[in-house]
Amino acid sequence: MKLRRVKAIAVKESLQIVRDPRSLMIALLIPLMQMFMLGYGINLDIKHIPLCTYDREMSQQSLGLLKRFEASRYFTLRKTAQDYAELTRDIDDSSCTIAIVIPAGFSQGLNDAGTGTVQALIDGTDSNTANIAANYARAVISGFSGDLQLQAIQRRGGTVQTLTPVDVQARVWFNENLESRNYIIPGIVALVMAIVGAQLTSLTIAREWERGTMELLVSTPVKPLELMLGKLLPYFAIGMLDAAICLALAVFWFDVPFRGTLATLLFTTSLFLIVVLCIGYYVSVSIRSQVGASQVALLLTMLPTILLSGFAFPIDQMPVFVQGITYLVSGRYYVTILKSVFLKGAGAVELAVPILCLALYAVALVVLAARSFRKTLD
Amino acid sequence: MAGGAGAQIIVDGLVKRFGSFVAVDGVSFDVARGEIMGFLGPNGAGKSTLIRILCGLLRPSAGRALVAGIDVTEDPDAVRQRIGYMSQKFSLYNTLSVLENLRFFGGVYGVPRDRLEERIRFAIDMAGLAGRETSLVATLAGGWKQRLALGAAILHRPAILFLDEPTSGVDPESRRRFWDLIHTLGAEGVSVLVSTHYIDEAEYCNRVALITRGRLIALGTPFELRRRSLGAELLSIEREGIANAIELVEKAPGVHDVAVFGSALHALVDDAATRAPALVAYLAGHGIAGATARRIEPTMEDSFVHLVGAATRARGDPP
Ligand SMILES: Nc1ncnc2c1ncn2[C@@H]1O[C@H](COP(=O)(O)OP(=O)(O)OP(=O)(O)O)[C@@H](O)[C@H]1O
Ligand SMILES: [Mg+2]
Repeated sequence: MKLRRVKAIAVKESLQIVRDPRSLMIALLIPLMQMFMLGYGINLDIKHIPLCTYDREMSQQSLGLLKRFEASRYFTLRKTAQDYAELTRDIDDSSCTIAIVIPAGFSQGLNDAGTGTVQALIDGTDSNTANIAANYARAVISGFSGDLQLQAIQRRGGTVQTLTPVDVQARVWFNENLESRNYIIPGIVALVMAIVGAQLTSLTIAREWERGTMELLVSTPVKPLELMLGKLLPYFAIGMLDAAICLALAVFWFDVPFRGTLATLLFTTSLFLIVVLCIGYYVSVSIRSQVGASQVALLLTMLPTILLSGFAFPIDQMPVFVQGITYLVSGRYYVTILKSVFLKGAGAVELAVPILCLALYAVALVVLAARSFRKTLD
Repeated sequence: MAGGAGAQIIVDGLVKRFGSFVAVDGVSFDVARGEIMGFLGPNGAGKSTLIRILCGLLRPSAGRALVAGIDVTEDPDAVRQRIGYMSQKFSLYNTLSVLENLRFFGGVYGVPRDRLEERIRFAIDMAGLAGRETSLVATLAGGWKQRLALGAAILHRPAILFLDEPTSGVDPESRRRFWDLIHTLGAEGVSVLVSTHYIDEAEYCNRVALITRGRLIALGTPFELRRRSLGAELLSIEREGIANAIELVEKAPGVHDVAVFGSALHALVDDAATRAPALVAYLAGHGIAGATARRIEPTMEDSFVHLVGAATRARGDPP
C-alpha cells in the first residue's frame, strides 16, 4: 500500500465534495434537521392519560379517591360515566385509555374489613402505555390507602407522633426525572449517525461509474484498499463533524446530562462511524447507481437501527429470537455505549464488551468493503 | 506474426465473449517499441474491447496478451504501471481544475515528487493549456480536453500508450495537432496503439489493423494495405448517374468488385490498361454512353471497403 496514492485519492475526493453542493448539504444539514425532527418528534413521556370514572357508590370515600385521580398530572378526567355500557364505549372508541370503577359497598368494606377493591379497566392496545397507566393508577391508590391508614390510627388515638408512616420512595437512578428524552436522545444521535454516515459514502463509487471516470481509475495502478481508504478519509472527517454537531445538540440543546469522558465518546463514535461508512461504501460498490445505492444504504442503516438497536424499543422486551438478531446490528452496541456514557458516565472499562463488539464489527466491515471492489469492468 | 524481440505488445488468439456474443474473435498481432499501430474498424468492431483487455480492464475469454512482457491476466497492476490509457469516453474529473486532475493522476501513478511539477508543466505545455491551469475541466473545449487526457496518460512516462478514438468529435485542426503529439511520442520510443474510425487517420500510423465484427481482417503498413491487399488494380468510372449501373458493372468481364465512391464507381479489375476501354464499350453496349474509366491509386478507403466486403462474403454473413 502506498500512502501517496491514498493521499491523491483523498485530496481528489475532498475537492469533489467541496464542489458538489448536494453532497455537502447531505453532509451537514441533514443531520441537523434529523436531530431536531426526531428529538422533538419522539417523546415517550406519558402524561395526561385520558381517564373515565364510574362511581357506583357516591360516598364520601369514593369521591375522595376519584378526586385524587383528577388531581394527578398523569390523568385527565374525560368523562364521568353512568353505567358500564358508557364506559365500554369510551374505551372502545379510544376516548379513554383507563377507566376506574368504584363498586357499591366500597366504603362499607373499608370500614368493616379494612380493605376495599377498585376496578381498573385499561385499553391494552398499546401495551407500553397500558403498563404505565396501570402503574400510575396503583400509585394514586396506594397514596389514598396510606392516608386512610394514617387517619384510622389517629382516630384510635394511637401514638401517632412516634410512628413515621412508611414512606416508600423508589428512586430512579441515572435518569432521575424519568425523562424519556434523556435516554432517547443518545439513541437518536446513533440513528442520525448511522443514516448520514452510510449516505455519505453510498454515492462515492457509484458516482465514478455514472460519470464514466471509473474506467480510467481502474486502469491506474491504484489498489482497492488504497482507493477505499482514500475515499473514506474525507468522509470520516465530515462524519466526525456531524457527530460533534449531534452530540453538542444533545447536550446543549436537549439538555441531556453528559457524565462520561470525551475520550470514550470520541473513540466509540469513531468506531461506529467506520462501520457505517463501510456499509455505505460496500453498497456503493455493489450498486453502480447513485440513487439506488443511496436508497439501499438508507434502508440498511435506518431500519435496523430504529427497530433493533434498542434506541426506543427495549431489547429485553423483544422475543428471544429477535433479541438474537439484535446482536447483528452495529447500532445496538453504539446505542448501549452512548446511553451509558451519557447517563451513567461509564468509561472504556465498564463498556469493554460493547466496545470490543463494535471494534470487531468495524474490522469485519473494513475487510468486507475493501474486498468488495474489483478492478475490472466485467 | 510471432512476437519479435522487443515487441511491446504481443496478442495471441485473443477472444472475448459477452454471453454468447463474440466481441473479439481470435485476434493476434504485435506492436514493436516506438511503433504507432492503428485500429481501424466500424462501430461495434471490437476495438474498445480489445484495448480494454490489453489495459487489464476486461478479462479475455481465451488467448493471451503480453503487454511490456507481462501477461495482462496474471499481473494487471504491473501492466497498469507501465501503460497510459485514454478511454473513448472522456473520463477526467469535470469538477476539478486542469492542475488538480494532473496532480491526482501524478499521485495515483506514483510519479516521483521531485519530478511531478516538471511532468505537469510538460503535460500542460504539450496540451497547449498554459494559462488555463486553474480552469475547471468542464469548461474546456473538446480538443483541449482530449489533449489534457493525453497529458494525464503520459505523466508517468509509460512505455506503452492506448488511445481509444482520441480524436472523435474534435475539429480537424485539433486532430492534426493531436497526431503530431502521437508522432513525437512514437519518436521517443513509446509504443502507441490508437483506434479510430477516421479512415484518413490510418495513413498516419506505422501499421494498421483492420477490424470488423471482432476479427482482424488485415494488418500492414498503410502502403501495403492500399496496394497489396487489393491484389488488383483500381478503375474509377465516372458518368452522370453511374451509381445506378453498379450491378451491370459487377457482371462485366474481369471485374472483381465494385463500390460506390461519391458520384463515381470504383471497380477492382485484373488489368487496368485493357479493362478501362473495354468497360467503357461494355457500358455503351448496354445503353450507358459517355462514361469514362481511368486507373487510380487506391486510397485507404478503397482498401478498407474492399477488405470488409471480402471478409463479410467469406463468412457468409449478410452484408
Ligand atoms: N460489457 C459488454 N457487454 C455486452 N456486450 C458488449 C459489452 N461491451 C461491448 N459489447 C459489444 O461488443 C461489441 C464491440 O464493442 P466495442 O465497444 O469494442 O466496439 P468498438 O469497435 O469500440 O465500437 P465503437 O467504434 O462504436 O467504439 C459491440 O457490439 C458491443 O455492443
Ligand atoms: Mg469503441
